[in-house]
Amino acid sequence: MSDAILTFDEAMEKYDPVLGFEVHVELNTKTKMFSSAPNVFGDEPNTNVNEVDLGMPGVLPVLNKTAVESSIKIGLALNCKIAENCRFARKNYFYPDTPKNFQTSQYDEPIAYDGYLDIELSDGTVFRVEIERAHMEEDAGKLTHMGGSAGRIQGADYSLVDYNRAGVPLVEIVTKPIQGAGSRAPELAKAYVAAVREIVKNLGVSDARMERGNVRCDANVSLRPHGRERFGIRSETKNVNSLRAVEHAVRYEIQRHAAVLDSGEPVVQETRHWHEDTRTTTSGRAKSDADDYRYFPEPDLVPVVASREWVEELRATLPEPPAERRKRLQSDWGYSDLEFRDVVNAGVMDEIEETIAAGATASVARKWWMGEIVGRAKNADVDPGQLGVAPATIVELNKMVEDGKINNKMATEVLDGVLAGEGTPAEIVEKRGLAVVSDDGPLLEAIDAALAAQPDVANKIRGGKVQAIGAIVGGVMKATRGQADAGRVRELILEKLGVEG
Amino acid sequence: MTEFNTTGTSASELIRNSAAQLAEKLAAREVSAVEVTQAHLDRIAAVDGGDRGVHAFLHVNTEEALAVAAEVDTIRAAGGAAAEELHALAGVPIAVKDLIVTIGQPTTAGSKILEGWRSPYDATVVKKLRAAKMPILGKTNLDEFAMGSSTEHSAFGPTRNPWDLDRIPGGSGGGSAAAVAAFEAPLALGTDTGGSIRQPGAVTGTVGVKPTYGGVSRYGAIAMASSLDQIGPVSRTVLDSALLHQVIGGHDPFDSTSLPDPLADLVAAARIGNIEGMKIGIIKELHGEGYQAGVENRFNESLELLKQAGAEIVEVSCPNFKYALGAYYLIMPSEASSNLAKFDGVRYGLRVLPEDAPMTIERVMGATRAAGFGDEVKRRIILGTYALSAGYYDAYYGSAQKVRTLIQRDFEAAFAKADVLVSPTAPTTAFKLGEKLDDPLAMYLNDVATIPANMAGVPGLSLPGGLADEDGLPVGIQLLAPAREDARLYRVGAVLESLLEAKWGGPILASAPSLTELVTSHGGSR
Repeated sequence: MSDAILTFDEAMEKYDPVLGFEVHVELNTKTKMFSSAPNVFGDEPNTNVNEVDLGMPGVLPVLNKTAVESSIKIGLALNCKIAENCRFARKNYFYPDTPKNFQTSQYDEPIAYDGYLDIELSDGTVFRVEIERAHMEEDAGKLTHMGGSAGRIQGADYSLVDYNRAGVPLVEIVTKPIQGAGSRAPELAKAYVAAVREIVKNLGVSDARMERGNVRCDANVSLRPHGRERFGIRSETKNVNSLRAVEHAVRYEIQRHAAVLDSGEPVVQETRHWHEDTRTTTSGRAKSDADDYRYFPEPDLVPVVASREWVEELRATLPEPPAERRKRLQSDWGYSDLEFRDVVNAGVMDEIEETIAAGATASVARKWWMGEIVGRAKNADVDPGQLGVAPATIVELNKMVEDGKINNKMATEVLDGVLAGEGTPAEIVEKRGLAVVSDDGPLLEAIDAALAAQPDVANKIRGGKVQAIGAIVGGVMKATRGQADAGRVRELILEKLGVEG
Repeated sequence: MTEFNTTGTSASELIRNSAAQLAEKLAAREVSAVEVTQAHLDRIAAVDGGDRGVHAFLHVNTEEALAVAAEVDTIRAAGGAAAEELHALAGVPIAVKDLIVTIGQPTTAGSKILEGWRSPYDATVVKKLRAAKMPILGKTNLDEFAMGSSTEHSAFGPTRNPWDLDRIPGGSGGGSAAAVAAFEAPLALGTDTGGSIRQPGAVTGTVGVKPTYGGVSRYGAIAMASSLDQIGPVSRTVLDSALLHQVIGGHDPFDSTSLPDPLADLVAAARIGNIEGMKIGIIKELHGEGYQAGVENRFNESLELLKQAGAEIVEVSCPNFKYALGAYYLIMPSEASSNLAKFDGVRYGLRVLPEDAPMTIERVMGATRAAGFGDEVKRRIILGTYALSAGYYDAYYGSAQKVRTLIQRDFEAAFAKADVLVSPTAPTTAFKLGEKLDDPLAMYLNDVATIPANMAGVPGLSLPGGLADEDGLPVGIQLLAPAREDARLYRVGAVLESLLEAKWGGPILASAPSLTELVTSHGGSR
């Protein structure tokens, strides 16, 4: 049963959205939050675990100092205050992905609190999002529900659990309620998560790959009639794991809430599951403030003491803030304001930087990402970075074009081949027989034929009207079914007719 | 030097040697480690099994213990650097409370819920025992998850008190205390959350020490209440406890609550032999009313002996100790309710499937915990879950933490007046098996004098102070010192021990009945 929704414009006309975000950032420390087991993604299930991660009897946690450093850096980058003393607590609940049946997490004493993040929207305006806190916790294991319906635990025949992720260090960044975004709420949502992702990536504290769950977003949405101060009842959409999905999920929830409120029913306080395929949410678990996790201070850990000296040492290591970085990149790359903003809004700034680092020029990188990949990503409905184009691929493709091995038209075809998983550009060129005809012999024959077919054009060129050459080149390309290098064809024609280009 | 018998080396005499004596004889190659270990294994076989056996052991580790002993003998026989480097206690066997995990032996915590589980790792203290090449004789019985004062809450049946097989050996570490009292082991490891080393020591006439919180690594001790638990030595003499404490103590990077301090020379402290001018404080609130007359008499006698030895006796008041038991029974179950959540049948141990559909994870967890945990464990989980619940947290857990601070302040004030505090360890001598099983509150009251030390993290030692007039059963004297000053306990304890032995004409345990006559042994061990 799908929920009724209003159009976004209708919803905005009647209601004022209030947002809130909990963004979980997986830290890329070598080892886990409380154990010496490796923190590595994608290995065989249950190989990166030791007795601590499995919650064996008698084990004790030992806090990862690098994780604390990373957390402080995140706090500082979010303009937070850093607690001099803070503790962990136990969040008690029974669930098989949590080996101890409690999660060790900070609760009422976060390491970082009272910060803000300035978010630049597509029209250039800056929106300040206030950060309530950033706290440390451990990730849970990963459950895979087999059989039954829709991969949910309810009705599954059995479930598999992989504890490789159990104990991976997390920082949870919680915003204060975000008011006043109005119809820009979905855009702000996406821009906020993108900004957090950019920060943790630049800090080097997280791999920040959303498709791997390194950055995960829970989006809280509530609506209230315009002019009312009191917040409406919120829903929390869990694990919205791409930037586009964040935007869509917030938009959808606004539309859904509006319909519920219009019907005179109260909004149910609950978690919602996001479905990428239908771009809708469905009801998850009823959640109320009365959920009782029986928090109490973790007695197996001592308080975390962050001396002011240490905090200042870490502050000194922080990379340039994103706004400054943007300024620097724009100037390094020589993009116009408009070009740069388009790049930022398309969400490919990091990708372009990586492509340039891989050997492309700034203009080549922009040409590929903005000209080819962003459009394809849009059609495929994914973030451009998730489409699967590696910077090295772009460099390789571009080199083939520059070397005259393929032309631009072929290059886009090869790109499609890469995206279809047919192999590397070189393999695809080989497989599809796309090589530009570079042997002058067959070209000269085709040129002779084209000149003979259009003698008046040949005469015009001889007479100095070089621009007329297009017709002859076109004829040659047609004859070679597009496989000729148009530049070389042009050179050969001019040479043949004894005209200076 | 304490001796339980002459200097004999026959098997029956060997087991009556203290650990220090065995260490000397082993070093002098008067006896072999295999002989010593075998003598204790034989003793276990003779008195531990059967319907009337002591039942101190849940598992006997015969092969491995003998292999370690043989290794020690080989090294000693070869001589040279390797023999020189052997630890003083190498070849001295030891029993380990079955709350402490060991590779190669089962670890049950006295519970059915760990059925079939084998630890893939050694507790830090066990690693240290292995490094010292001390043969581990086996795992000793305890109240389930160390919850109890009598070992009657063990899922594998109670341990009997070697002084009277119809009485309790104390708890939770009744197995370790009884094993040492029954000469089945010269040394044992215990854990003490509210008195689980000291109270069994008191009622079995043995010595038990709860070190300063953080003084001995807890890594590998199955947690009951993390902020209160502490591993410590069990022995027949104060010096032996110091020797063992020296092996197991010190900082452990695997335990965040472990103290960074280097370990003091506790053995040297036990050998000082002089307490002149030390101030010993009597805690007004921890004797008198509610304490058995025979206990009170032995306590007063010890005070007299300490005074004779040149100590100054002062009285201190710890007015908040009266809240200690109540606060303990909020903090301990709260932490336990969370610590025991991991036993759910998902990853290891017992898994019980519900008899009817639906087969959900919650129901499997529920069925497993219902079948796997005993009544006392369930009682404490329920109590702790309630105390931590939203809306009750401040009134219960929060208030209990405040009491804890007040108890710490009481100790601070008392230690401003006295170097060491003294009290009876337990209000009574050993009670009969079954006597308090249906009255949890009466059971809890056993720990009234031992709990304050856990609440404040200070070290405590119990040593035998003689026999009660009315029942002829051992009485324990408790010494308490400030945190990190465990050495004072050994200094005062060893002096008091020698004065008491002079008064009683030998070690208290020497007057324990001969078990071989009492135990209708069916032979063999579990």
